[in-house]
Amino acid sequence: MYENIVTARHYEERLQEEYLEGKQPAFDISAGPIPGELHLAAGQEAAAAGVCQHLRDDDTVTATHRPHHVAIAKGVDLERMTAEIFGRQTGLGKGKGGHMHLFDPEVHFACSGIIAEGCPPAAGAGLAAKKRNEDSVAVAYLGEGAIDQGAFLESLNFAAVFDLPVVFVIEDNDWAISMPKERVTDVENGAKRADGFEMPGARVDADDAVEIYEVAGEAIGRARDRNGPTVLEVQVHRRMGHFMGDPQTYRPEEDQEAAAERDSIERLERDLRNHGVDDERIEEIREAAHERVEAAIEWAKEQPKPDPSDAHEDIFVNPPSGVTDSEPDFEFAGGDD
Amino acid sequence: MSENSAETRELTMSRAMVSAIAHEMRENDEVFYMGEDVADYGGIFDSTEGLREEFGYDRVMDVPISETAYLGAAVGAAQEGMRPIAELMFVDFFGVAMDQIYNQMAKNTYMSGGNVSVPMVLTAAVGGTYNDAAQHSQTLYGTFAHIPGLKIVVPSTAYEAKGLMHNAIRDDDPVLYMFHKRLMGIGWLPAPDGPKTPVPETDYTIPFGSADVKRTGDDVTIVTLGLHVHRALEAAEGLAADGIDAEVVDLRSLVPLDTDTVVESVEKTGNLVVVDEDYRSYGVTGEIVASVADEALAALDSVERVALPDVPIPYSRPMENEVVPDVDDIAAAVRRTQ
Repeated sequence: MYENIVTARHYEERLQEEYLEGKQPAFDISAGPIPGELHLAAGQEAAAAGVCQHLRDDDTVTATHRPHHVAIAKGVDLERMTAEIFGRQTGLGKGKGGHMHLFDPEVHFACSGIIAEGCPPAAGAGLAAKKRNEDSVAVAYLGEGAIDQGAFLESLNFAAVFDLPVVFVIEDNDWAISMPKERVTDVENGAKRADGFEMPGARVDADDAVEIYEVAGEAIGRARDRNGPTVLEVQVHRRMGHFMGDPQTYRPEEDQEAAAERDSIERLERDLRNHGVDDERIEEIREAAHERVEAAIEWAKEQPKPDPSDAHEDIFVNPPSGVTDSEPDFEFAGGDD
Repeated sequence: MSENSAETRELTMSRAMVSAIAHEMRENDEVFYMGEDVADYGGIFDSTEGLREEFGYDRVMDVPISETAYLGAAVGAAQEGMRPIAELMFVDFFGVAMDQIYNQMAKNTYMSGGNVSVPMVLTAAVGGTYNDAAQHSQTLYGTFAHIPGLKIVVPSTAYEAKGLMHNAIRDDDPVLYMFHKRLMGIGWLPAPDGPKTPVPETDYTIPFGSADVKRTGDDVTIVTLGLHVHRALEAAEGLAADGIDAEVVDLRSLVPLDTDTVVESVEKTGNLVVVDEDYRSYGVTGEIVASVADEALAALDSVERVALPDVPIPYSRPMENEVVPDVDDIAAAVRRTQ
């Protein structure tokens, strides 16, 4: 768990450095080595590590537009994920999806750039497991800003009606872009959404990976034992803006300072020491994580960029004659890099 | 900002949009704005910058991430006679609330036999060119123009942005106002030179269904809208050096569609190139070509369509550049007509 958390934190610190290259001094989102938007999850790692520690490769996870920490905890191929974020040909999606749209079928991981829209597919994975009489489970991640969304609420009902092995994990980082939680819902405890569907709901108030691990263990165990779905809300914090380049003018400074103080990494290190793990071992894990991250980034940056014509492939896996995977019958070429 | 300090001033497209909204809100208490991150943030594409400071939270409402609820609520408030403007930050997100848009907002007037009106404006950012992949880069002009009951407007400059917005808010029907992110003049998404234009201080309307000839020419008609007006103009300048004189028609609205201006131009030039940032099949390019063929088939010597091939928009830069039409693609298509 500690290894996952420090890997995720360092990974995002390094992505941040790489992302800003070429985008400064005047921030230009369409410049630099990493394309598009970048949503970082610093401060939310415990939500990923504490839950995914219970999961196997055949368990499904659907993550949000802020997916890296969850992907790392689920065991997504770090090299190919990084290559994807850099838009390279050997990336998980051959450079077509990017950081919000990572798919690694080897470990049953997917994410979506649309709020709450990972919930129905997670219910579908649970449905498949139930129909096949398998004991795999599905976990859908969403933010606290997504708990008002129809896709989430309909998925709760669907999972409840069919007793599906699904755990809905709400990462409450207090902010939905510029909107604080209290301005978008009158329910302080988002797990109470479960009450309306007669399913268990639990909330972990602290950014505490160990406590999240324990409560998630009950929920995932319940799903694996075919006792139905659960909603789990965990308090995390958002150290960064909503996306890189977000000026956060809407956010009080004291809130940002408070978020920076609530560090789940320091908390977990204290726990490890209290359980007799010495500093040397902690440092060893941290260094190994950093090395892994550096190696992934180095590998990714050496990977080839896609050929422009690759854009026309992969629309279907079984392309109808004359539709894809062939030269277009008219000119589109225009890219020069 | 005084309304009478000067006759015109140069504005970014976002400032021009906001000035029209603010004007209408001052004039009419029934006008209000709601959407995600529109109050404190000012709209992530600066579409509401400064409105909350002037009008407060009651009239510039941040809403929960519940598109079905707030877009549907806009329909309901509009049917009660208010004039809501509802923003969805990316047009790509419409799917989560599509029923309220295409079954309620678009059809209630018709199904009530004209007894109910839905005087609302739906604003949404469209377009790619900044590597944000397939769920955040679409234009989807064709999707919405296909549905009867929606008026669809697409500004290309600050001047258009203000005039079309005044008209949209005053219109008694639902209007979908689709603005291209790349034209807004946002710091982190640099705009080309064209969209920042002089804008009259006072209110004015640009009627829907009035295309604008942005450049006159005798050899070929380029019909386009939004960002690609600027790319077509740049292509036309390059072509002029080679002796090809291109006329550039900015549609400004898709519904209603100003077929007359397009046909008139094609009757002069004989050649038609349609440029669209939306998908090629079943879209704007096909519609324009079909409309011209209907009315002036004999005038058509050649036709070219430049649009997104039918692929989701890829993330990685070389592939996005491949599929989004650029200046060279437009120029090449024009040359093929000569």
